[in-house]
Amino acid sequence: MIDATAHVNGLRRKLARLKDFGRPPARAENVPAERGTASPFWVIVQKEFGDHMRSWRFGILIGIIALACIGSIYAAVTALKDGVKTQDTDTSFLFLQMFTASDGTLPTFTTFVSFLGPLMGIALGFDAINSERGKGTLSRMLSQPIYRDDFIRAKFTASLLLIAVVLYALGFLVMGLGLFTIGYPPTPEEVVRVVLFLAIGVVYVGFWLNLSMLFSIRFRQAATSALSGIALWIFFSVFYSMIMGIVDRATMPPETSALSMLLRHAKMMLALNRLSPSFLFSETTSTMLAPGVRSLGPLTTEQVVGAIASPLPLGQSLLLCWPQLVGLVAATLICFGFSYLLFMRQEIRSRS
Amino acid sequence: MVMVHPETQAATAEAALPIIELSRLTKRYDGHAAVNELDLTIAKGEIFGLLGPNGAGKTTTILMMLGLTEPTSGRVRVCGLDPTRQPLQVKRRVGYMPDDVGFYEDRTALDNLLFTARLNRIASEPARRKALELLERVGLSGALDKKVGAFSRGMRQRLGIADVLIKHPEVIVLDEPTLGIDPEGVRELLQLIRDLSRLEGLTVLLSSHHLHQVQQICDRVGLFVRGELIASGDVKSLAEQLDDDRAVTVELEVSGWSEELGERLAGIPGILSFGVPERRNAAPDEASSGEETVRIQLRCERDLTTDAARAVIDSGASLHAVSRKQYGLDDIYHRYFEGGGSA
Repeated sequence: MIDATAHVNGLRRKLARLKDFGRPPARAENVPAERGTASPFWVIVQKEFGDHMRSWRFGILIGIIALACIGSIYAAVTALKDGVKTQDTDTSFLFLQMFTASDGTLPTFTTFVSFLGPLMGIALGFDAINSERGKGTLSRMLSQPIYRDDFIRAKFTASLLLIAVVLYALGFLVMGLGLFTIGYPPTPEEVVRVVLFLAIGVVYVGFWLNLSMLFSIRFRQAATSALSGIALWIFFSVFYSMIMGIVDRATMPPETSALSMLLRHAKMMLALNRLSPSFLFSETTSTMLAPGVRSLGPLTTEQVVGAIASPLPLGQSLLLCWPQLVGLVAATLICFGFSYLLFMRQEIRSRS
Repeated sequence: MVMVHPETQAATAEAALPIIELSRLTKRYDGHAAVNELDLTIAKGEIFGLLGPNGAGKTTTILMMLGLTEPTSGRVRVCGLDPTRQPLQVKRRVGYMPDDVGFYEDRTALDNLLFTARLNRIASEPARRKALELLERVGLSGALDKKVGAFSRGMRQRLGIADVLIKHPEVIVLDEPTLGIDPEGVRELLQLIRDLSRLEGLTVLLSSHHLHQVQQICDRVGLFVRGELIASGDVKSLAEQLDDDRAVTVELEVSGWSEELGERLAGIPGILSFGVPERRNAAPDEASSGEETVRIQLRCERDLTTDAARAVIDSGASLHAVSRKQYGLDDIYHRYFEGGGSA
């Protein structure tokens, strides 16, 4: 029965909104839904946002990430100072190298985002639902006139908003500091590229957030859901590439085999690698931040014959990484779909 | 099997509009029925007590009324609405306080109340006024700026009542509201619930396994055992349902017992049966008299207390105590729970 409710929920909500427009104060004595009051969805978003901001967990996380980013700027700036003297080909997009260059002492900004971003997503989502359940507030909340899907959507939105704020703040901080230290202003295209890169970062962290929220619905214990999230995170960011390396070596055709064989193998490995969200993210960021990247797959010499080695315009870069971006969004949506499916039919008992 | 008695004083005043209707409601978990073919009607303005041991299906029934879990089969109507199909309308009208209610512990009592008010789309100014008024009413006005984490169990329950009331409900559902509160707190809480129901015409459904508390304030109670409502009605009619043969039990405490007195008692017209005289040693201060006190139970067709007492006195024995045994909920409870719902 609830299943049917879930299907028509969106439509019904729209209808309900229309109805509310029709008769604002008519049933005021019964339903004091005054105009100008925020919808329950935004009320929850606001509260969650505030809760996160004030939590110790968030303070610690932002501390780690901010320190890492400042470290990466330092590394990038020293690398740029050395690099500018030696290599003079890529000075057209010098500013973007703030995010991708490093002198080797510390990882780059993009590496930090792809590594620590998931941690932030997991930390904000792993106890979203099960802690409410444990504190006995879930049944009280859901006995208020709000839809169940509004509740999880609001939780997700609040955390995603926070992630967006943090990532953009850090990104712009890096840009600002870069301006100070290298004294080289960015072109409008570079700014747009950075903004898009940060947006992709938000989508990527949003995927991990959604995954950990799915775990928080599935597992009653916050510790279980946190551990499952962290296990997957470590698996994808550390072990997956190692495993793929082994698979690559094991299935590699001999170097003397036909070009089509080699190509097929390379494509298969790429497809396998792309199952990992962090690989997708690194592909998109490298396209966005390094305009020189012209293809994400293998290229034969025939294909590059006659091509002029020049950076891609913004639109083409975006087009190049579009499938990866869609893949990330799709993974997020799949997680959300599962959370929805689980949560809509779950029985809400107090503290169990 | 289940009898519904609509003839209560509250119901007659309110034209006996049913506000909660359950018919053939069933909920199964992996084949075992938590609630089985339940029929129940609660009239507007009534205080109804769901009484039963742990695991009897009380909470499951309440969850189904609120659409927090879906019934396996059967029909639920709350204020004429189906909670699975129209959850929002139902939740707007029904205030629910879960068993062991939880609050956001790092927020103050007032913040928690205001949050609920905002979820119910009450504008901030009236919400604040109402919240302060309710906190005053439940006796928490001194603690409104305290974080809920520092609250005692009783304070939480009282805050829970305020939380339920802030949305101006028509029906309030309280799951084990008195659990874990000290006796004085229970008394105040029950008084509060009763006042609310009487003054504001609220329908109250409360579940409990503390029969005495339920007995104090409920217009009607329903006895729940293993997912079935085995009896419902006011306390008096429950006693009648229990006592199928309508016999009255008279208990006498007599010293100077003799066989002749026994025969005499048995000879009173209307005496159905005659318990075995239970000999007890006299109380220490009466030990000097050397007489034994006998306690005896008579089952009578009607109230024969006076006749029995007269018989004892006429026979020259001394009468220490007479009591007519009335069935309280305790007895009813025991009988049903021991009988395992076979009644």
